[in-house]
Parts: sequence; structure tokens; C-alpha cells
Amino acid sequence: MSVSKEFLKEERDQAWRNEIRKSLTAKERTSLARVHMNEVDAMERILSNVEVNTGLTAEQAQCEAKRCLDCIDPTCISGCPVEINIPKFIKRIEQGEFLEAAKTLKETSTLPAVCGRVCPQEKQCEAKCFYTLKLKKEPVAIGYLERFAADYERESGQISVPEKASANGIKVAVIGSGPAGLTCAGEMAKKGYSVTVFEALHEIGGVLKYGIPEFRLPNSIVDVEIDSLKKMGVEFETNFIVGKTSSFEELKEEGYQAFFTGSGAGLPRFMNLPGENYIGILSSNEYLTRVNLMHAADSLTDTPILRGKNVAIIGGGNTAMDSVRTAKRLGAERAMIIYRRSMDEMPARVEEIKHAQEEGIEFLTLTNPLEYFANDKGRVNKMRVQKMELGEPDASGRRRPVAIEGSEYDIDVDTVVVSVGVSPNPLIPNSLPQLEVTKWGTISVNEENLQSSIPEMFAGGDIVRGGATVILAMGDGRKAAAEMDKYFKSKK
Amino acid sequence: MNKIVDKEYYSDNVVRLEVEAPRIAKARRAGHFVIVKPDEKGERIPLTIATSDVKKGTITLVIQKVGVTSRKIANLNVGDHITDLVGPLGQATHIEKVGTVLMCGGGVGVAPLLPIVEAFKKAGNKVITILAARSKDLIILEDQMREHSDELIIMTDDGSYGTKGLVTEGMKRVMDREKVDLSVVIGPAIMMKFASLTTKEYNVPTYASLNTIMVDGTGMCGACRVTVGGKTKFVCIDGPEFDAHQVDFDEMLLRLSGYKEIEQKADQDYLDQHK
Ligand SMILES: Cc1cc2nc3c(=O)[nH]c(=O)nc-3n(C[C@H](O)[C@H](O)[C@H](O)COP(=O)(O)OP(=O)(O)OC[C@H]3O[C@@H](n4cnc5c(N)ncnc54)[C@H](O)[C@@H]3O)c2cc1C
Ligand SMILES: Cc1cc2nc3c(=O)[nH]c(=O)nc-3n(C[C@H](O)[C@H](O)[C@H](O)COP(=O)(O)OP(=O)(O)OC[C@H]3O[C@@H](n4cnc5c(N)ncnc54)[C@H](O)[C@@H]3O)c2cc1C
Ligand code: SF4
Ligand code: SF4
Ligand code: FES
Repeated sequence: MSVSKEFLKEERDQAWRNEIRKSLTAKERTSLARVHMNEVDAMERILSNVEVNTGLTAEQAQCEAKRCLDCIDPTCISGCPVEINIPKFIKRIEQGEFLEAAKTLKETSTLPAVCGRVCPQEKQCEAKCFYTLKLKKEPVAIGYLERFAADYERESGQISVPEKASANGIKVAVIGSGPAGLTCAGEMAKKGYSVTVFEALHEIGGVLKYGIPEFRLPNSIVDVEIDSLKKMGVEFETNFIVGKTSSFEELKEEGYQAFFTGSGAGLPRFMNLPGENYIGILSSNEYLTRVNLMHAADSLTDTPILRGKNVAIIGGGNTAMDSVRTAKRLGAERAMIIYRRSMDEMPARVEEIKHAQEEGIEFLTLTNPLEYFANDKGRVNKMRVQKMELGEPDASGRRRPVAIEGSEYDIDVDTVVVSVGVSPNPLIPNSLPQLEVTKWGTISVNEENLQSSIPEMFAGGDIVRGGATVILAMGDGRKAAAEMDKYFKSKK
Repeated sequence: MNKIVDKEYYSDNVVRLEVEAPRIAKARRAGHFVIVKPDEKGERIPLTIATSDVKKGTITLVIQKVGVTSRKIANLNVGDHITDLVGPLGQATHIEKVGTVLMCGGGVGVAPLLPIVEAFKKAGNKVITILAARSKDLIILEDQMREHSDELIIMTDDGSYGTKGLVTEGMKRVMDREKVDLSVVIGPAIMMKFASLTTKEYNVPTYASLNTIMVDGTGMCGACRVTVGGKTKFVCIDGPEFDAHQVDFDEMLLRLSGYKEIEQKADQDYLDQHK
């Protein structure tokens, strides 16, 4: 699904682009400093769930947009999994045409306000920016600008509802309402299909709702996107587990002619350490679900949450970072990351690590848990850890942590959140024995068209990739919609 | 959706609700449960589907009031709606003809036992059922159980009804008397622990239906995890029934008390507000 060079060139040669490009010299552009994101002060923000980043002002955004050189060969686009026309939307911002910038984003991305906030930009588009590659300078702040344009459009109240093809009467079902499912639903609705999204939980949004916390991605932003899907005629059925509440056969009898499965990588992994089932030791999924989906920290809700004084989070990914910062906001005195490699290997987004450090999170790197101990009520009160050092690189290319003999010591803890990864959700594969899965339990699809071993079933997002990213899930949803459409056209 | 169409009190604390849920009614098998969230601010809790009526499109739940959420649900009336209801969840009971089966239900565990008793009877087994409770007024579903059992034994701790004694005493009497091929026990964790130790003495294969704390019920959170045969299992997707002789009941009992203090306070607050 690669955008053609010719198309990009044609767009770049438009009069307005030429004009704005020539308004400053390259030298003037590269001499500008990268903008800083406005943030709520660390000591203030840990007292509530306010969003940490407050966004750029129009002035800041236009100034940052000037840095973009509108390259002939915009390498940045190759770093974006959905190939947003990055220079085009940035030049729209420079021009002051913010709504046009938002429209450009929406040509390829369904949830720009979400991606502008949660994409690991430093590994994707910004890693491929000319500034990073050639000038060895800080890249253009593509993510911040994307967020700016999307927020501007939303706050303006002039959200463009995409044009819809006339209804074709074909019913399709989308299973799971995470970014993969939502994107696929939106794209299919645009093409004139009648779409129903089935969601197991009582809320729509998948990880965007139950996983990623408010202080990073406010639910209200996700809700606006869901509303626009509803405006486009997409139907939602919550509390509906496909394969359990109704079988595929039953849904087919009800007229659904094709399915997109975006059921996510839901199953939390544990480490099978002695004492791991003591009270106070829980998965990050449970911890974050209680807080984000069940709103357990709100005194008016019934779901309980353990507020620890000394909280340890095992792991170094986004989920670990979200959990540890949540623990801090729930009043932890010590909130610690326990990670077996070093800071350099940590998979979490750089921005989240920086924010966590500002908030007083302790990082115990090159440290691995061995065993847990509990008081007489079964509540964890201590954990034994071991120091590690980095050895030879392993299959993933990262240096493998090796235990240092005799380096064990104990840490006082009363809550431990295990955040060492998830396995694919087995609900769909279990209810469809004829569906082919890989040895990891992910659904096997033809990479070309995301079709599974059952022709009318397409799949994407984490259920196919294992734990991946929001933008990859969206990219899959979009591609699957295009392929599903082809599938129907070829059947005629 | 999820409208309550019938309600009956079995005792002050145990209520039967019949709820409109046509899809679940059609899909459920004996052993399945649902997750219920009574209102906007409510908690999600698991409840077994006691029976269903496919024609009417309803499922029946039997709820014992133990804390805020079970109270909220039990206090709903005919015409009210349950905000969120999802299911059927869990693995269905494996029903087959094995010969003589001993079914033991303690407290509100009698409700989830009913569909299993029914199904084993239908499969052609000789069904001996023991209902156990602290006292007479806590014995529920006696008539329905009698209808589907070859023999019904009632045990009460205080002797106010049936035979005086614990469920394990009744079980021993049966197993001393005749050969039992399979046993199913459902009730409070402590009862299942001792019932399971009892059948182990007699080498009778036994299933227990575990009632751990849950959040999502779909395998996503791990709140429901238990140790079975030395391995961590998730009750909501691997269970709720497991080989009772392999279950670490002591660990399960501890984990059930994980939120006890917070819950007791919440319950007291709720009771104070609804005096
Ligand atoms: C805490 C956390 C933080 C993260 N942070 C980032 C980040 O900063 N940046 C980033 O790019 N990525 C991040 N990720 C990863 C990203 O969220 C996922 O890659 C992405 O959400 C996957 O999308 P998906 O649509 O495949 O599935 P999900 O978002 O997992 O949604 C799947 C949905 O399907 C539902 N479902 C499952 N089975 C059924 C069924 N049988 N019937 C009906 N519904 C069903 C589930 O309930 C769920 O709602 C994070 C993940 C977590 C957990
Ligand atoms: C698969 C399954 C099926 C179930 N079926 C039924 C049913 O058909 N009818 C019914 O009445 N109950 C059933 N339960 C138990 C029911 O879910 C709990 O009673 C309920 O979660 C308690 O919530 P609460 O907010 O009212 O009480 P809480 O305030 O959460 O708890 C009050 C007290 O009860 C104890 N408790 C908490 N959770 C449980 C639990 N899951 N089991 C036993 N004790 C608990 C706690 O230790 C606490 O002290 C089932 C549980 C499972 C896992
Ligand atoms: S969607 Fe993500 S990768 Fe693509 S341009 Fe936006 S921030 Fe960069
Ligand atoms: S590579 Fe960087 S400078 Fe060039 S067009 Fe892309 S964002 Fe602008
Ligand atoms: S209840 Fe969450 S995994 Fe079982």
C-alpha cells in the first residue's frame, strides 16, 4: 500500500506548496530550534489524572512547521506505518490552514488525535526525518504537530465527517473495538457497507480505554472518534463476545457476510516465581483495568483498588510505565520500575520514561525478581531481586541480561504489578477450530491481504502481530477494509 | 435489554432473578456463568446461570447477598434493567454417563449445581444430591433438586432440618454405603476444600466449581488465577470447574480475602445509606 513518488511530487508542485516552501530559505528553516511541548508541572500532575502534555499553541505549531524542509524525497513518510503525507499536513499548518492539515491527516489515519499522542514517533516518522538522518539534529516534531491539527479540528467543532458511498446493503461484523476494529469499521462504513462492531467489554475502545491512562490519552478524545463513527452509521454492540454470546454460524445466519477480527493481545503473562499469587501481586492489565475501565480510584465507584505505599512494577514497556505512573498518582511513596536490562534497552516511549523520571519514579535497572514473601494475611511484603549484567546480544539484537551470582537482596513492597507482556486472546481461535493460528497463538493471515484461513474472515492488530502499536493496528484495520471490499467485488 | 421479568426470595439473603437475555439463554450450557455490572458506577461480578428458558429468552440467576454488588443486584425489582450483562462465560461442564454421581451443594453453591444435577440425570446417571447449609432457612431449591435426583440428602450444621452435621459427614455416609464414580462440589471455598479432601480419601474423582474474584471474565486480567496441579490457571477461561484434588484451596482462600477490608467498609456504607 505504498504511496507513489509521482503522486507525492504532484502534490508538492501545487502552487500553494511552492509558495510556502519558498517563503523561507533552507538555512533559515534549519536554524530554528525544535519546539518544546507544554506540560503540567510534575509535582502538580501526580496529584490527579490531568493530561500531562497540554499541546502546542497555534504560534508554536506554526513556528515548528517552518522547520520542515518539505523535502523532495520525504523520507519521514516511509517511517509512518500508514504513510501520512507528512510534509503536506505540516505545510498546511505553516500556512495557518489548520482544518486543511487535519483533513490531510484523515486521508490515511482514522485517529490522528490518538496517534499524535501515543505513537512512538522517535522510532517511526521522526527517526526517518531528514534532520535525524542527514543533519544529525533534532527531528521535526511530527507527532506534536499531528496532535495540534487533530485537536484544533476537534475543538473547532467543525469535524469533517468523511463522505460515504451509497449503502450497498452488505452486512459486515467487526470483532473488537480497539484501534484495529474502529479503523476497519470506519473504512467499511465509508465504502457503503453496513457495519456492526461487537465488543466484549462494556466500553468501546479496547486498550485505548482500559489500558492507556487518562493522563496520557483522555477518554473524551477517544469518545469523539467513536461518535464520528456512530454519525457515519456504524452500530456498536457492547457486552457481546463473538464465539460465546453468539457463534459465527449464528452471525452468518443473521446476514453478516464477512468478519474482521481485531480482538487484541489480551492475556497477561506471569513469571511463575514462588509467591507470585500472593495478595497484592497483580497483572498490569488488572491494575490498569480497575483504574481506567472501572474507575476504581473514584470514591463513588464500587470496584476496589489496592493503594500501595511501596509499589514495584516488573517490566520496562509502555504498560509498565503507565502502571508505575498510575501507582504514583494513587499515592505510592515509592513507585519503582524493576527492569532486567539497562535504560538503553527499555522498550517504552522515550517521552514516557522522561515523564516518569520527572515524577519521581525510581528505576531499578539490571535487576530481576526471584521470589515474593508475604505477611500472615497473605499480602506481599517483600521481594527478592538479583542484579544483572549485559552479555552478548540475543536474537532480538539486544544485549542479553545475565545474572550476577550472589547479588540477591530484598526490597520492601506491598504491591507488585507484573508487566512482562501479553499473549494473544484465545477466545476467537478457541471458538473456531478451523481457524489457523501460529505457534504463538496469533491468527495466521496472508500478509498480502490479511485474510485468514477462513476466506470471509480478515484479521489484524495485536491478535495477528502480538503486542504491537496503535498505529500498526490502525494500518491493519485500514488495509483489511480495502481487501474485504476487493473480496466482495471479486465475488460478484 | 437485560430486563428483570421475575423475582422470588428464597430467604432474606438469597434471591432468584429471571432476566431477559435471549442470546445468552440460547448459547448457555450447564456450568456457564455471566458477568453482571448492576449500574453505571458498579463493579463487575460473576454469577452462574442457574437455568434458562430459550423460548422466553430468559436466564435465571440466584444471588446471595454478601457485599455491595450482590446486594445491589438482589435489590433490583421486576421491570428494572441490569446495566451490563455479558456471557455465557467459562467452559461448560463435561457431562457423561459414568454411573453413580454424588452432587454436593453448600449455601448458594446449590444454584450453580442445579443445572449440573439436571444434566447428569438426563445423561442416565444415578444422581445422589446433598444440600448443606447452616440452618433450615438457608436451604434453597429443595424441590427442584429432588425432581432431578434419585436421592436427596439434607444436612444442616444446627440440625434444624434434615440430618445434623457437615456436608462431609453426609458424603462419607454415602461413599461408605456404595460405590461413587464421580463427585461435583460447589459452595464456599472452605466447604469445597474439605469436601475435596473427603472424596480424595475414597479415591472418587471430583470437580469443584471455583468462585474466585473476577474483573473482566474474559482472560484479560488474571485476577481470577488459581494454582491447579502446580500450574497457574485462569478460572474464567480455563474453568470454573477443575479437578478438585489438584486445586490449591488454601491459596484460593487467601486470594478471596484480597480486598476484604475495602469491601467490608463499602458494604457497611451501603447498608447505612439504605436503612
Ligand atoms: C497499557 C498499554 C499502553 C500502551 N501504550 C502504547 C503507546 O503508547 N503507543 C502505542 O502505539 N501502543 C501502545 N500500546 C499498544 C497498543 O495499545 C496496542 O497495540 C493496540 O491497542 C492494539 O489494538 P487492537 O485493535 O489490535 O486491540 P485492542 O486495543 O486490544 O482491542 C481489542 C478489543 O477486542 C475485544 N475483544 C476480544 N475478543 C473479543 C470477542 N470475542 N468478541 C468481542 N470483542 C472482543 C477486547 O475486549 C478489546 O476491547 C499500549 C498497550 C497497553 C496495554
Ligand atoms: C464463576 C463464578 C460463579 C458464581 N456464581 C454465583 C452465583 O450464582 N450466585 C452467587 O450469589 N454468587 C456467585 N458467585 C460469587 C459472587 O461472584 C460473589 O459473591 C460476588 O462477587 C461478591 O461481590 P460483592 O460486591 O457483593 O461482595 P464483595 O464485597 O466483593 O465481597 C464480600 C465478601 O465476600 C467474599 N467474596 C468476594 N468475592 C467472592 C467470590 N467470588 N466468592 C465467594 N466469596 C467472595 C469476600 O471475601 C468478601 O469478604 C460466583 C463466583 C464465580 C467466580
Ligand atoms: S501516525 Fe504516528 S508514525 Fe505516522 S506520522 Fe503520525 S506520529 Fe508519525
Ligand atoms: S523528512 Fe523531516 S524535514 Fe523532510 S519533509 Fe519529512 S518532516 Fe519535513
Ligand atoms: S477475570 Fe480477568 S482473567 Fe479471569
